[in-house]
Formats: sequence, structure tokens, C-alpha cells
Amino acid sequence: MTEYLTSSAFIIVMIKIVIIFGGVMGALAYLTWVERKLMAFVQMRPGPNRVGPFGLLQPLADGLKFLFKEDVIPTNANVFLYVAAPVVSLIPALLSFSVIPFGPWLQVSDLSVGLLFIFAITSLGVYGIVLGGWASNSKYPLMGAIRSSAQMISYELSLTLSVIGVLMIANTLSLAQLVSSQHGTWFGFIPRWNIFLQPVAFLVYVCSAIAETNRLPFDLAESEQELVAGWHTEYSSLKFAMFMLAEYANMVTVSALATIMFLGGWSGPMFGPFWLQAALPTFWFLLKIFIFIFFYVLLRSTIPRFRYDQLMKFGWKVLLPLALANILVTSFIVAVS
Amino acid sequence: MIQVLFFLFAALAVGAAINVLVQKHVLYSALSLIVMLAAVSVLFILLRADFLGMIQVIVYAGAIMVLFTFVIMLLNLPENEDGADRLRWLKFIGIPLGLFFLFMVVATLWNVEPLRTAAPRLIGSPQAIGQSLFTDYLLPFEATSLLLLIALMGAVIFAKKDL
Repeated sequence: MTEYLTSSAFIIVMIKIVIIFGGVMGALAYLTWVERKLMAFVQMRPGPNRVGPFGLLQPLADGLKFLFKEDVIPTNANVFLYVAAPVVSLIPALLSFSVIPFGPWLQVSDLSVGLLFIFAITSLGVYGIVLGGWASNSKYPLMGAIRSSAQMISYELSLTLSVIGVLMIANTLSLAQLVSSQHGTWFGFIPRWNIFLQPVAFLVYVCSAIAETNRLPFDLAESEQELVAGWHTEYSSLKFAMFMLAEYANMVTVSALATIMFLGGWSGPMFGPFWLQAALPTFWFLLKIFIFIFFYVLLRSTIPRFRYDQLMKFGWKVLLPLALANILVTSFIVAVS
Repeated sequence: MIQVLFFLFAALAVGAAINVLVQKHVLYSALSLIVMLAAVSVLFILLRADFLGMIQVIVYAGAIMVLFTFVIMLLNLPENEDGADRLRWLKFIGIPLGLFFLFMVVATLWNVEPLRTAAPRLIGSPQAIGQSLFTDYLLPFEATSLLLLIALMGAVIFAKKDL
């Protein structure tokens, strides 16, 4: 035990954790800025531009504001669950970064069941929403929590089923091996990414991922016009910030998973001197994630919200049969070839 | 190290399981059950059955218990509601059935031969589980899936009387 704590392997893992945790937290703060700026650009308004050049210091100002706001706990709220809910939603969201390969050398731990680990951990995040809505002892949060739990169960099915086709092709559950199974090219110019083999699975995955992260056009759990802010209506100060962080962290996680499974993870053109070759995989990975985030924000600013029954119908009658059909066809092809 | 973790999470699982029964409020019982399931999944991982541990969390803690909490919140039961007087006759069936189940568990565990050597690395891998499900245990596996299908169809028929 003590030998392990002083070994170089342990220190390297610690350094990786610090790099990834620090990087992720910084990125999450600036994602709010990216989202607000992009939405403003789409809607032809300037967006945050007062704090620092181009509003670049806005996330810091927001963080400070969250810190100094009064922490309101509603009367008759269930205090224990009310305080626990933001923690329950943030910790699973951050834990999933421990198995994501940001580059060939930047991964905290490569579990043999890494993909299942992420699904297991993120499926626990819904309790933060559910408990937060219930413990607030208020109408709108409860409505948001109930909607959210129904939505999560419905879309988790198609999310998990859409992945199975990819798993049958790659024959592994480890995220690092999933990435390395997509190295190389077809005919010298088409990268061997799973998106070309599994386009249906990719579409199903992206749709259900947006629903799983409670983003527009599927954000029925917090739909502002009906429920004020859904499950976190009663939350303020740092607890609200934790809910927000968890939401953005989940967004990054599903984007990272989509990149790993369908877009070849950190694979990309390699060139230049040694130090550039070491940094390029991480750069490609982050670039692909950013494209997903960009798509998320564009969706949010252009598409109106689904109605609740439409959301359920879409999940159960469109996405689920599509995912099942994809599994059937893929398993047939894999068995024949 | 593994022994320490085992006793820690075994104690957590047992404590949470007792808490499920002791709690008056049904939501707290459900939450304790989630803690219990998560602790048992850690025990699975300590036994090198990573796959089972993950599936335990995904299926039970992540899906079924969400449905439980969903129903509890939808009904929004008042606190301290004691349903015991309505279900008094249940204890005459429940206690013998519980004892019978305990007897079955003890009888099964009594006959298990302890492993002389450490479990091989691949015993709990997805490949090994898939292999044994589709060769040695094919019939029980298919029978279980048929049972689930029947339950599913029953639920649909109950929910929609005029199909």
C-alpha cells in the first residue's frame, strides 16, 4: 500500500487527474461563455461584452457572483435531500472523465468495461434532478423532476442500444481500444471511423444524447416558458452553479463518447516535430468535441421545443425501433462476414 | 486492501438494506435501496466481475430505481403513512416465505465448494458471461426472457383494456 503511494505510477496518475480535472473545470466555465456568445451571434445581438475583452472574463464574474449570492433554502423543503441533490448530480458528471481518453497518454484509467462505467455513472446523475425537484417542495420543480425521470428512462434505452452496433464491430468495451480500432483509412483517404459503418446508430445516439442531457429541443425538464426553470427553480448561489456545471459536464461527456465511438477519438493527421506529435491527438479530440458542442448550441438557438407527448412518441416509436433494427442488421452482417 | 474494501462495502450494503426496512418514508427506503445496489456492485467488482457490477448499476440503480422514485413522486405519498393495518394478513404469508428464502440461500451457500485458487482474470468478463449464457445456460436464459416478455405484455394489457 505505502509502496504504491510513493511509486512513480501513482504520481503519474495523480498528475493526469490534476491536468484533466483542471482542464475540464476551466473548459466548463468557458463553455458558458461560448454558448452565450454563439447564441448571441445567431440571434444578431452582441452577447456578453462588458467584462474584459469580448466578455472573456464573464465566467469569472459569474463564478464570483454565484459565490456571494444568498443561499436560499425554501421553507418546508427537505433540507437533507435539497442540499444533497446538486452534489449527487455533479459527482457522477465529473467521475465519467476518469475513463475518457483525451489522448494516447492522457487517460486516468483504461477500464476493460469503460463504456459501461460511463453509462452506469451517468445514469446515476438523474437522481440529482429528481431529488432536487422533489426536495424543493414546490410545484414547478416537481413537474420538472417527474418529466425528467420519465424522459431519462425512455431515452437511455435507445442511447444504450445505439451503441451496441459499434461494440459488435469493435469487439471491445474499453474506450482506448475503441479508439485504436478506428485507426487507418479506407482507399487511402476515408478515415476508418465508425460513423461511416454505423450512420443510423450515430443519428440515434446524437438524438438520445441531446435528450439525456436535457438540452433543447428536448429540455422539457426545465422548459422556461412552462416551468420557470424546471427542477432547479428554487436553487440559488453555488448549488445552482453545481447543477449548471453538471449539465455542461454531461454535455462534454456525451460529446466525448460520440467522438470516441463514431469519429475515431483522438485519431487525426499527424505531422511536425516531436512536441507537436505529442500534442496533436489531444487537439484533434478536443476539436471534435467542440464541433459537437457547436452543434448543440446551434440546435438550441434554432429549433423550438418538442411537446411532451411528441417527445415520448419520438423516443419510443422512432428512436427505439431504429436502434433495434440497426442491431439486427449489424449483427447479421457481422455474423455473415 | 481488497479485504478492507470488502468489509467497508459489505457493511454499507447491509446497513442500507436494513435502512430500507426501517425507514418510515417510502422515498428514503428507495434511496437506501439505491445505495445498497451500488455497494453490491462494488462487491461484484472486487470479485473481478466488472461486467456484472456495471450492469447492476445500469439496470437496477440507473433504470429500475428511477421508475420507483418516479412512481413515488407521482403519487406523492404523505409522510409517516402506515399501511400496516391494511396489510396485516401479509405477515402470515411473508414471514414463512422469508424464512423459506433464507433457508434456500443458506442451503445453497452451504454446498458451495470454496475456490482453492484465485479466480481467473477472465471469469467475469463480458466474453465469458456471453459464452456461458449462450451455451451452458441457454435454456434458463431463454426461459427468463420469455417470462419477462409475458410480464411486459401483461402490463400493456392491464394499462390498455381496449386494444
